[in-house]
Amino acid sequence: MTQKKNSRLIDQMATDAKTGRINRREFMSYAIAAGMTASTGSLLWSSNVSAAPKRGGTFRVGVHDGNTTHTHDPGKYAAVAEIQLAHVHRSYLTEITSENGLGPDMATSWSASPDAKKWTFTLNKNASFHNGQKFTAKDAIASLNYHRGDKSTSAAKPLLTAVTDIKADGDHTIVIELSQGFADLPWIMTDYHLVMLPANADGTIDWKDGAGAGPYKIVNHKPGVSTNLTRHDGWHREGAYFDKIEMIYLNDPNARQTALITGDVDAITSVDLKTLNLLKRNRNIEIDNVASGSAITLPMFCDQAPFDNVDTRLALKYAIDREEIVKKILFGAGSPGNDFHVSPNMPYWPDIKQRTYDPDKARFHLKRAGHSSLDVTLSAADSVLPGAVDMCVLYSEHAKAAGININVKREPNDGYWSDVWLKKPFTFVKWGARPTPDNMFTLAYKDDAAWNESHWQNARFNELLLQAKAELNEKRRADMYREMCQLSHDDGGSIIPIFVNFVGARNKKVQHGPSIASSWELDGGRGYHRWWFA
Amino acid sequence: MGDILNIVIKRLGLGLLTLLVISVIIFGAVELLPGDIAEAVLGQGATKENVAAMREQLGLDRSAPVRYFEWLGGAVTGDFGNSLVSQKPVSEAIGERFSNTLFLAVYAAFIAVPIAIFLGILVALYRNTVFDRVANILTLTSISAPEFFLAYVLILFFSVKWGMFPAIAKIDADMTLLDKLERTFLPALTMVLVVVAHMMRMTRASIINLLASPYVEMARLKGVPAWKVIVKHTLPNAWAPIINVVALNLAYLITGVVLVEVVFVYPGIGQMLVDSVTKRDFPVVQACCLIFAATFILLNLAADIGAILTNPRLRHPK
Repeated sequence: MTQKKNSRLIDQMATDAKTGRINRREFMSYAIAAGMTASTGSLLWSSNVSAAPKRGGTFRVGVHDGNTTHTHDPGKYAAVAEIQLAHVHRSYLTEITSENGLGPDMATSWSASPDAKKWTFTLNKNASFHNGQKFTAKDAIASLNYHRGDKSTSAAKPLLTAVTDIKADGDHTIVIELSQGFADLPWIMTDYHLVMLPANADGTIDWKDGAGAGPYKIVNHKPGVSTNLTRHDGWHREGAYFDKIEMIYLNDPNARQTALITGDVDAITSVDLKTLNLLKRNRNIEIDNVASGSAITLPMFCDQAPFDNVDTRLALKYAIDREEIVKKILFGAGSPGNDFHVSPNMPYWPDIKQRTYDPDKARFHLKRAGHSSLDVTLSAADSVLPGAVDMCVLYSEHAKAAGININVKREPNDGYWSDVWLKKPFTFVKWGARPTPDNMFTLAYKDDAAWNESHWQNARFNELLLQAKAELNEKRRADMYREMCQLSHDDGGSIIPIFVNFVGARNKKVQHGPSIASSWELDGGRGYHRWWFA
Repeated sequence: MGDILNIVIKRLGLGLLTLLVISVIIFGAVELLPGDIAEAVLGQGATKENVAAMREQLGLDRSAPVRYFEWLGGAVTGDFGNSLVSQKPVSEAIGERFSNTLFLAVYAAFIAVPIAIFLGILVALYRNTVFDRVANILTLTSISAPEFFLAYVLILFFSVKWGMFPAIAKIDADMTLLDKLERTFLPALTMVLVVVAHMMRMTRASIINLLASPYVEMARLKGVPAWKVIVKHTLPNAWAPIINVVALNLAYLITGVVLVEVVFVYPGIGQMLVDSVTKRDFPVVQACCLIFAATFILLNLAADIGAILTNPRLRHPK
């Protein structure tokens, strides 16, 4: 292709993309078909199609999972609305970037000792809280200590158990010491609980009135109704293009979609998958369908019959038709899992051969385990995932072909996490996206983890986990994670049938960069300061 | 009139006693629910240590009677305690939401009650005609359809297709009354559709009941026109049951609107009660339930007083 022809093609594609006739994915595949490399195509997209961000406007977002019990206590954050707001009015030491990498936020740089037992974070000197107070090492230490120690009520406590001490080194440097090497510590700092808050004189933090150092400050917060925010002029970073943010808590999927269609809001955080295709037809609306690391797991107690036999577990893993579940339960907004808890958009994802539905193989493993047929009970509740019970019923139909009889038990929504999960031998669980394999494995697959939901004990896996934790060499680390994924694929106690997408929608006049983060809804909760009005 | 005052005082006293009993029942019911606030708030993130720490901070490690009487001690002096989740006073959390609920209920009642009684009189007048049948079928259909379904149908036509009214009934304290009325028209209309049938049919039934009485026959023989027979002769005697049903429906407008609140995202008290029960936030649950109970007690009292006032025989007992 000649140079001239090529540039005309690019112009045409850019026009198509600007008018919304083709989306980024199509643009990229045309670009690659036209002989460009992926990175050139990506560059073209950002330089030609997405115009420079403009400032101004009030960004109104319909957010789901809002409650009248919405709290500003960072240790108790749990609902989606709380996590979203936390990213708007508060800031973290580090962030997950739009490309799902690790980037600076209130810390500008960080470095580790060779054994990864001592981390030094340099803090941003320009950062300030909404009341104008400068952000210093004292605040960072108090904010992290809130999630440590015997008195802490924080749900993030298990993340920081390895931390032995946090010290200040001058006003803008903190040094974190750990009892064991921990290469992922900067990633952990993006956890939604670990917001930076102003310290009181006694080393505690002040979370009650919604203080923070985020891009926007709260003007008016009505729990479960709405939150109004306005730009924090002293914010330490680029972005925050909107003048004002209005978050409206819309729990009913229909109300959310209607509000978007009638123009009462500019974007919504979650779309009802059943009507996704109808919403796509609306010309004013753009869907953001983002593959995420949020997984469904079906843990089986490996120390309890019949799951104590690896062949039984394999039989159950082969007896599920993942493709059909993605199609029928998620309406295409997800991807099949491969029985290890690392998704393709997480770092260190190994390309292991996808396990597919195979009733014959399931029957074979069942026989090797010494069963001619199998009866198991699977507990689920629809509060975990809308359609959870349906998915289990579909699974039980798949498994019948292999001579496995799965009795699906619908458990009460209330108290599912305290009475069913970790208590019953075979359950349905949904996990939010975690930034790194180490984070996920340490939480739910390590032999002595409080949440080792399948009671899986694998000496080699645990040995590798500890090694990889302290390994700063990327190549060696990747190899370790590959082996660990293979181990959970072959021997592990959890069936991981699917990864769930984040599906949001926005009015076409709301623009964002070439890619968006998949850590949380709405660009990892950071669309509020990354996006803009065309 | 002194007798009525007597009745009111007596009934209010009994009402307070009822509230006390209800508060015990609610406390017991919340205690019986599996899990407590620490487990509910921490959810998947609950560990033994942080649950124990939170229980200690909130004083949940003390025995149930101790906690109840502590709450009661505050409540009699008008202090309903702090929300366990937000740590803010309950009155602050509930105040605005309850006034929103009241606003919507009054709005709906202002439309529903006159329509229901007027329709009731009309269908009694034209009983067993096509008009009677159609009015009955329509109102019975609207009462039989689930509220959220009615709400969705209204949203589909009035806001998505015709764009006449907003689908989200989000209101602020600083809006003008007219804005508020426009914003909340669809939820109010939904509630009107739900309550009209009951009141209309009761009006119709109690009027028709009386039409067989000798004094009505007398009036007819005298040559009084049919509408006058109903409005002037039967209606005054039919008020008692109608007032009762109206009171019942008014109470429903306040206590039974959670679904409407959810669909229209209306910041009322129902949603707050549901959220607080899920989180086991006892002081808020208690306050919401007591408000609901007091609503029923007061409206029942009002209905009885109304029945007495409209009936001379009860007004002047021997």
